[in-house]
Amino acid sequence: MTVISAQDLDLTFQTNDGPIHALKDVNLEINQGDFVSFIGPSGCGKTTFLRVMADLEQPTGGTVTVNGVSPEEARKARAYGYVFQAAGLYPWRTIGGNIRLPLEIMGISKAEQADRVRRVLELVDLAGFERKFPWQLSGGMQQRASIARALSFDADILLMDEPFGALDEIVRDHLNEQLLKLWARTEKTIAFVTHSIPEAVYLSTKIVVMSPRPGRITDVIESPLPKERPLEIRETPEFLAIAHRVREGLRAGHQDE
Amino acid sequence: MKSVLPVLTVVGAVLLFWLIAVVPMNMHLVADQAQRDGLSVSPQTPVERQAFSGIGLSLRNLHLVPRTYDFVRPRLPAPQQVAEEMYATIVQKKITSKRSLVYHGWVTLAPTLLGFFIGTGLGIVLAVGIVYSRVMDRSVMPWAIVSQTIPILALAPMVIVVLGSMGIQGVFPKSLIAAYLSFFPVVVGMVKGLRAPDTMQLDLLRTYHASNSQGFWALRLPASVPYLFASLKIGISASLVGTIVAELPTGAKAGFGARMLVGDQYGQPLVSWAALFAAALTAAALVGLFSLIERITLRRMGMQGA
Repeated sequence: MTVISAQDLDLTFQTNDGPIHALKDVNLEINQGDFVSFIGPSGCGKTTFLRVMADLEQPTGGTVTVNGVSPEEARKARAYGYVFQAAGLYPWRTIGGNIRLPLEIMGISKAEQADRVRRVLELVDLAGFERKFPWQLSGGMQQRASIARALSFDADILLMDEPFGALDEIVRDHLNEQLLKLWARTEKTIAFVTHSIPEAVYLSTKIVVMSPRPGRITDVIESPLPKERPLEIRETPEFLAIAHRVREGLRAGHQDE
Repeated sequence: MKSVLPVLTVVGAVLLFWLIAVVPMNMHLVADQAQRDGLSVSPQTPVERQAFSGIGLSLRNLHLVPRTYDFVRPRLPAPQQVAEEMYATIVQKKITSKRSLVYHGWVTLAPTLLGFFIGTGLGIVLAVGIVYSRVMDRSVMPWAIVSQTIPILALAPMVIVVLGSMGIQGVFPKSLIAAYLSFFPVVVGMVKGLRAPDTMQLDLLRTYHASNSQGFWALRLPASVPYLFASLKIGISASLVGTIVAELPTGAKAGFGARMLVGDQYGQPLVSWAALFAAALTAAALVGLFSLIERITLRRMGMQGA
């Protein structure tokens, strides 16, 4: 079942230095339960595409549907959780308080709030940190808390914009592993922006390679890797073959210039 | 505790400078008095002494130096004279006495606090309007800035006189001047604070489909709290200055401003100086109080480590 669909999507930003063609002729289908990564150099429109799905940017041409309706309607129906590059936790709220924020805004009852906070904290392996303030947590833990916040209201879609970009390699590996487990347990549809090839190949069922000026899709790779993926899978020939194809796709995009 | 030593050093330097300055500042007056008392003074007549600077005269009359420190009506009182006057008028007088500085302090403090609350409330309301309305951003902000370029010394008497002619006297006109000075730092600080959340934080609320008022209470208002406290500390001292200025030109009978004026007009510099220092201490106490509330509030909000 198609959850997100883009047809002939076009987006041009009007800036003081003239128009910037951020997205051109983008066509893509994301199915329920997919883990889709968007990879490409900066300026390729991968974040812009994600923001269009979230109704944070308006396309100048083409159509996007999320759960069969416009992104605006989907946003108002709280159809997705969004995870930003930075955790962006409110420093004046505890971890529990930060996770409660969307629940309070959506008018969910206090008892239900407490229940959900406990559940998502367990999902991201932060049980026991509910009463801590953000500054008492490491960067990786803060980002996990922000994922818990996005999960708390139980939207079917998770949009993640380079959530681990600012973290070091070891923490990143660990979080990637956890994210896969979380995805398997929750069966959510995830759209994930990254500029790391191993991260994209390790996580995804579908890898979308993009290239800049104008931002466009140059390759869509269906991953043959099994759903169960230990970190060691990254040493296997299958993994390396996909990584190679992604790299080739990125290189081809660059040579066009 | 680490800040104690530097602070004491500065206070010590100021006191030393003050103590040294007392001698030349008062020497002409002391010499005149010494001459009347039949002491030897060099040179012997006031007219001749006018040709000398305070320092020059002091160097020629070193035996008169001790007298400069306890002169009755000094041009510059010595620190211990001010301290004695303050002790006499703060501790030794009943607070109901018209000569008690505590009494005058309260006369000034009441309109200061009232004006501060009016100014802070107005400042917050204006800041919210400026942040949420483009029209107010364009129209109110320039006027707020212009308002602060008008010399308060020129404006205060006009306001007091106009209100007085309408039969409004007492606390309110002074509060108005205090509010006039204190709303501005609150507007500037709160506008900055309410706009402190970045695009990402605002986008996050958008993804929750949060309403404007939810965004205000959950994000903008808490984010502005540290800015608000910075403004409150400026605002409260500005309020005190405003009230004192409002007391100066209008023949007020009580308050720090009135005491400063009385001391000047009746040749009692000690009265002026005592009122001046009492006002400074009051301002310091008020700012200190807000610093304390700030620390407690931010700690409770979990922001002391951020």
